Amino acid sequence: MEVLGSYDYIVVGGGHAGVEAALCGARLGLKVAMFTISLDAIANMPCNPSIGGTAKGHLVREIDALGGEMAKAADATFLQSRMLNLGKGPAVHSLRVQSDRVRYHTYMKQVCEREKILDIKQGEVVKILTDDSGSVSGIVTRLGAVYTCKAVIICTGTYLCGRVYVGEESYESGPDATLPAKGLSQSLRELGVTLRRFKTGTPARVHRRSIDFSVLERQDGDEKIVPFSFETKEELKNRVSCYISYTNSETHKIILSNLDRSPLFSGKIEGVGPRYCPSIEDKVVRFSDKPRHQLFIEPMGLDTDEYYLQGMSSSLPVDVQLKFLRTIKGLEHVEIMRNAYAIEYDCCDSLELRPTLEFKKIKGLYGAGQFNGTSGYEEAAAQGLIAGINASMQLLGKEPLVLDRASSYIGTLIDDLVTKGVSDPYRMMTSRSEYRLLLRQDNADERLTPIGYRIGLISKERYDRLLKKEELIAAEVSRLECTHVGPSEALNSYLEECGTEKISNGVTLGKLLKRPQVSYRGLGCADPERPELPEEVCEQAELRIKYEGYIKLQLEQVNEMRRLEKTLLPPDADYSSIRGLRLEAAEKLGKVKPLSIGQASRISGVNPADISVLLVWLEQRRREKGNGKGNGEENGSN
Amino acid sequence: MSVVAAISTPLAVGGLALIRICGEGSIQLADKIFSPYAKKLPSQMAGHTCAYGRIVRDGQTLDDVVLTVFRAPHSYTGLDTVEISCHGGVYVAKEILRLILDNGAEPAEPGEFTKLAFLNGKMSLTQAESVMDIIGASGEATLKSARLIKDGALYQSIRDISDRLTAALGSLAAWTDYPDEDLPGTDPGSVREAVEFALQRISQILDDYDRGRILREGIDTAIIGKPNVGKSTLMNRLLGYRRSIVTTAAGTTRDVIEEELRLGELRLRLSDTAGIRDAADEAEAMGVDLARKKLDEAELVIAVFDGSEPLSETDRDILERIKDRRHIIVINKSDLPEKIDLKYINDDNILFVSANTGDGVEKIREKLIEMFKLGGLGEGSHLFANERQRSLCVKAKSFLTQALSAIDGGFTLDAVTVCIDSALNELLALSGERATEAVVNDVFSRFCVGK
Repeated sequence: MEVLGSYDYIVVGGGHAGVEAALCGARLGLKVAMFTISLDAIANMPCNPSIGGTAKGHLVREIDALGGEMAKAADATFLQSRMLNLGKGPAVHSLRVQSDRVRYHTYMKQVCEREKILDIKQGEVVKILTDDSGSVSGIVTRLGAVYTCKAVIICTGTYLCGRVYVGEESYESGPDATLPAKGLSQSLRELGVTLRRFKTGTPARVHRRSIDFSVLERQDGDEKIVPFSFETKEELKNRVSCYISYTNSETHKIILSNLDRSPLFSGKIEGVGPRYCPSIEDKVVRFSDKPRHQLFIEPMGLDTDEYYLQGMSSSLPVDVQLKFLRTIKGLEHVEIMRNAYAIEYDCCDSLELRPTLEFKKIKGLYGAGQFNGTSGYEEAAAQGLIAGINASMQLLGKEPLVLDRASSYIGTLIDDLVTKGVSDPYRMMTSRSEYRLLLRQDNADERLTPIGYRIGLISKERYDRLLKKEELIAAEVSRLECTHVGPSEALNSYLEECGTEKISNGVTLGKLLKRPQVSYRGLGCADPERPELPEEVCEQAELRIKYEGYIKLQLEQVNEMRRLEKTLLPPDADYSSIRGLRLEAAEKLGKVKPLSIGQASRISGVNPADISVLLVWLEQRRREKGNGKGNGEENGSN
Repeated sequence: MSVVAAISTPLAVGGLALIRICGEGSIQLADKIFSPYAKKLPSQMAGHTCAYGRIVRDGQTLDDVVLTVFRAPHSYTGLDTVEISCHGGVYVAKEILRLILDNGAEPAEPGEFTKLAFLNGKMSLTQAESVMDIIGASGEATLKSARLIKDGALYQSIRDISDRLTAALGSLAAWTDYPDEDLPGTDPGSVREAVEFALQRISQILDDYDRGRILREGIDTAIIGKPNVGKSTLMNRLLGYRRSIVTTAAGTTRDVIEEELRLGELRLRLSDTAGIRDAADEAEAMGVDLARKKLDEAELVIAVFDGSEPLSETDRDILERIKDRRHIIVINKSDLPEKIDLKYINDDNILFVSANTGDGVEKIREKLIEMFKLGGLGEGSHLFANERQRSLCVKAKSFLTQALSAIDGGFTLDAVTVCIDSALNELLALSGERATEAVVNDVFSRFCVGK
């Protein structure tokens, strides 16, 4: 076979993971190619046309802070924006936008096309080539074309051996009526990759004119829109409204009486579905005491009349779908344009991955996105970015990028994947992070932009702007902490107004700001010297002062975690020979090969007693070495 | 080291003695020294079965024994274990142990079986620690409290609290992760309830701890008074033997004399001190300083006054200093005419005694027992094994207090959860469900592993 091209690395798949993986290498000066089964499906949103949501919004901000593209695409093509969880505290504020599906795709496709050294090719990759040493050396397409490369990032989403289920019917297919990727699974298995089946589902799309909006609850976007990207400066506007309706007992009756026709319940689908995004039949069965379930009726774009029914994903036959949808208020005369379906696909066991997202056993082979067992565009994009960065770092001979749990939701996501593994499609949630108060969506730039700059994905100008912002924040915090104010009438009437005690002696503005009821803006009445500052600076200064005590507490938790993280385990440890380890623990440790005691302690199936055994073993090793030849090596650190 | 062995019964003459062999290869080792009357060798026996036979050395029978086989992981330590019940008497048991060691076993260190049980995940650290306390227990009540821990009263309490907090955190997580759903039980009120519950239970545990410590360590008790009021005589009376030198000359006792007094389960660490006055010489002055220090530091002060004399300035000073301390006032010399001004003293804990004749001394004993009410040690009590656990509880309590004030101060729940998380971390470290360096350091310090 003739070699048609030669690349530093090749990305297999052009979804949300693939796009980030391809862009970042090209931006770092590497020669990258992105293969996709259909150019018209680049960055497609076959499920909900929405970006963000709880914790997912954090991921998007972090992707942006590191130099990824998703946030910019979302800002450029959104229809409606809402900040979720306002009033529940800054740690859990989460941005969510309804996106224009087609425009999002077009935006991303163009960004990729315009990236100078990125080649985009339509074609199905069916084989990964390796050299004599077992390292990745190229790919082969369905049409027999060979391309050489030093690394491959698999971002196959739900395409890999995809099979769609609707009621009793099923057929091979990718998402949104695309072709499935059929050859690659075999090649991956031959390389030693363990594959398994996961499934996901999507609801029906219906025609606008068949919905009676007059009886629906309307949900509008925020008045003041916060953009996803720290770089977006122009004013953003909501373009559409979304609507809310509810299922009822009639809906549930129809679903329950047709369960035998659902492939999920008849056992036809072997793939494991996402617990956190269940189908409507799952919800009705599992929460049978709930009289109704909420659904959101959301537009798919400005150039279409398709509406998306969030919360109603299903794999019931089309006649049942139509029947139960028509029991819902506002949807009595609904016309389905695309029916709901479940899709089953091949994915890997993420425990076979390193924290760099490279397979432990195959040099140069990386995985990202749904292929790694996650669900969601944002989770996919985050992994695509990290896999792309790490493939690039390796090819450039630089240090890999591993973000720890205290640095980011991205780090938490990847640590969960490679340490705990997943048993169903993994969705990011705020509760998965132990360090929520530090990992806020508002400070993603402070946390990650310096890293993005170091890697080379963030420009010097942007980095300098961050430094300037940090400087202003620090100055404002110290000004507030040092500025004394007396019990003026204006101040006391403000304090009274927000339901907190008046002051009778002098006090610093910082002290007052620590009261939860008092706001930075409100204190303006007692702060005549206040400098003119950008709003984001004021916001950070306020948060830092108000939450100082709690942030300190969280930092202590982080320090403790990092101590265990620094106790390294030797990479060649033979866990089966360590006395006292339970068999299950030894097996899991052998499989995951944790880098540190900290990582080992998060492996499910490894309990604290096992960790104690490991620590004792490390200590014994250390003492033996110390007593023996005195080679000075400690704890296998390197 | 693969097999360890030790005599597990006290080294004293008794009806039976028990030798335990533990570790991979212990059953094979038993094959070499045990000759069964029936056919089965230990390696052919099922777990939890016993066999009657002889221990044989060089063809000679050492003793007739019953041998029990425990197979991993169903044993105390989680490892293969053989227990040999032989006839009592130090000699036989020691000979059998020597035979076992000659066959390749290592002698087990004190507490090593418990250490193995902990390391093999057979018991939590809390349980392991309390077993160590049973081994080192010095009294009936200490033993009782240590058992309470091992059987899980403390463990269970901690679990109850951490379960409740975990549930509250779970609801909060759902509340933030599903902002569009209406979820019950996720308002500040119900979080507050969970925190209050946890606080109240931890306070109970800490109260119990104080009583537990009294049991384990005894009460630091000082006998205080001005010279020649009969402190040393009283000390000797309470002890039932002559410990302090008694003369009629004031200032005889110059150092602090300490002795342990046992009243049933109650232990007092009793200190006789120099009489408080402006001392005549340097040695006495040092003694008086020590006495004053004791007066300020002791957990219980027995203040002795001479009933046959009016109250002096020093007496009044002592009364003033013990006012807010745990104390008993003893008016000595009740056999002499009373001249003391009782109205001034006006205290609930006055006892009249003649240390000389022994009259009324029994009342002191009764009073002490009543004061510490150890009779009321109930089943649910959590008397701690050690200071590490107490300090974890104290920390958890302070985090919970912080959480409560954050809720009441109107802080957002994301700040509150930071505090609850921290509290929970301490509790999980306590129950051994979270490995921390502290736990492991403790393992090294208490169980002498890694040697």
